[in-house]
Amino acid sequence: MDEVKLFGFWASPFSRRVIWALKLKGVEYEYIEEDLPYNKSDLLLQYNPVHKKIPVLVHGGKPIAESLVILEYIDEVWPHNPLLPKDAYERSVARFWAKFIEEKTQPMWDFFRKFGEEQQKAIENNYEILRTIEEHGLGDKKFFGGDQIGIADLVFGMVIHMLAPMEEVVGYKFIKADSFPRLHAWVKHFSEHPVIKDNVPDYTKVVDFLKIRREFYRNSQQNS
Amino acid sequence: MAEEVVLLDFWPSPFGMRSRIALAEKGIKYEHKEEDLRNKSALLLQMNPVHKKIPVLIHNGKPVCESLIQVQYIDEVWHDKAPLLPSDPYQKATARFWADYVDKKIRSFSFSFFIYELGGRVWKTKGEEQATAKKELIETLKLLEKELGDKPYFGGESLGYVDVAFIPFYSWFYALEKCGNFSIEAECPKLIAWAKRCMQKESVAKSLPDQQKVYDFILEMKKHFGNE
Repeated sequence: MDEVKLFGFWASPFSRRVIWALKLKGVEYEYIEEDLPYNKSDLLLQYNPVHKKIPVLVHGGKPIAESLVILEYIDEVWPHNPLLPKDAYERSVARFWAKFIEEKTQPMWDFFRKFGEEQQKAIENNYEILRTIEEHGLGDKKFFGGDQIGIADLVFGMVIHMLAPMEEVVGYKFIKADSFPRLHAWVKHFSEHPVIKDNVPDYTKVVDFLKIRREFYRNSQQNS
Repeated sequence: MAEEVVLLDFWPSPFGMRSRIALAEKGIKYEHKEEDLRNKSALLLQMNPVHKKIPVLIHNGKPVCESLIQVQYIDEVWHDKAPLLPSDPYQKATARFWADYVDKKIRSFSFSFFIYELGGRVWKTKGEEQATAKKELIETLKLLEKELGDKPYFGGESLGYVDVAFIPFYSWFYALEKCGNFSIEAECPKLIAWAKRCMQKESVAKSLPDQQKVYDFILEMKKHFGNE
C-alpha cells in the first residue's frame, strides 16, 4: 500500500479538515508538523512550489496541494464513508457550500483581526454570512452532508476549533441557540462525533496562540 | 424525459464562457439567456439567491452555480462524450489544482488591470500599481505556460478541464495588452500557440466573444464608471 503523508500546522483549519477526512476513512498516514510561518521545510517547498503552503498530502511520493482538492482526492481513492453524495446534482450542491464556506473563512476572522468601527462592520458581516449558511446551506439537515458528515461539514468545522477560540479571545459569541438555532445544533452534533471529538487541537493552546495573534494585530493597527 | 438545459449568462464573462464550452463539447442543446447585470432577472435572483451572479446552469429546473462546479457537473452528467476531467484520481487532482490556480490568480490580476469587479466598482491603475499588476500577471501566465509544457492542451491530447477553465481569459488578452501596453505573445509565445489551437475547436470558437468587442466593452465600462 502506498505511503500517505500529510504536511500540516496544528492550528490550521485547512490541514485540520484533511486530518478529519483521513480519520473518518480510517486511512493510516504520517503527519509532519510544519513550523509556520518562518521556518517552512525544504520538503514542503519542494512538494508545493506554487503556493508554498500547507496542507500538502503526499500519496506514494506524489504531492497534492489545496485542501478542497485534497479532500476530493481522498474521497475518490478511499470511497468508503463518502464525503460527497453519488448524485451529480447533490454533489454540485455540496461543492457549492464547501466553496462558499471556504471563501468566507478568512473574512469571517476579520472580527478578530480588526478593531473599532472595522470590527463592528466585520461582526455585522459575519451575521449575514452565518444567516446565509444556516438558511440556504444547512437548512433542516443534521449535517451539510445530510445524515453523515460531508465535505462542507469539514470546511465549516473551523467554527469549532478556530472561530470559537477567537470568540473567546475577543469576547463575542456568534452561534447561539437563539441567534442561529440550526447552526448551534450542528455545532453540537459535529463536535460530539467520535472522530471529530478525538481530533481537535487543544482548545487552551489555541486560545493562547490566538491571544498573541490578537496583540500582534492590535500593535499593527496602532503603528499604521 | 426531455432534458431542459438553460444557461443564464453575460456575453463577456469568462465564467459563462467556461460553461458554454463544456456544453458545446458535449453537444448539449440548451437555451442561452443573456442577463442585463444592471437589471437582473427574477429567474437569476431565484436560482442564485446566495451570489446573484451569472453564470447559472439550470438543468430540469434545478440550478447549479459557480462555473467550475458547473463544468464538473456537465462532465459528470454527460460523461460518455468528450470527458474533460481525467479518470485517474491523481491526474484529476492535478487538473483541479491548476483550474483553482487560474481562479485564484488570473481573475484577480486581469481584472485588476481595469475593473475591480465586473459590474461593480472600477479602479484606475496608474503607473506603479499597474506595473506591479502587469508583472504579477506575466509571472502567472509564465507559470501556466510552464505547466503546459510540450502538451498540445493542458488536458494532454485533447481539451480538458484546465483548458476550459483558462481559455476564456484569452478573449480578454487584447484588452489587457492595450490597457497594459505590452504583448502577451512576446512574453508567452507557447501560451498564445495553445490559445490559437483551442480556438480552432468549434466549441471554443463559438463560445468566446471577439477580442475587439471585449476591448470596446471595457472602454465603455471605464467611461461609464468615470475611469478615463
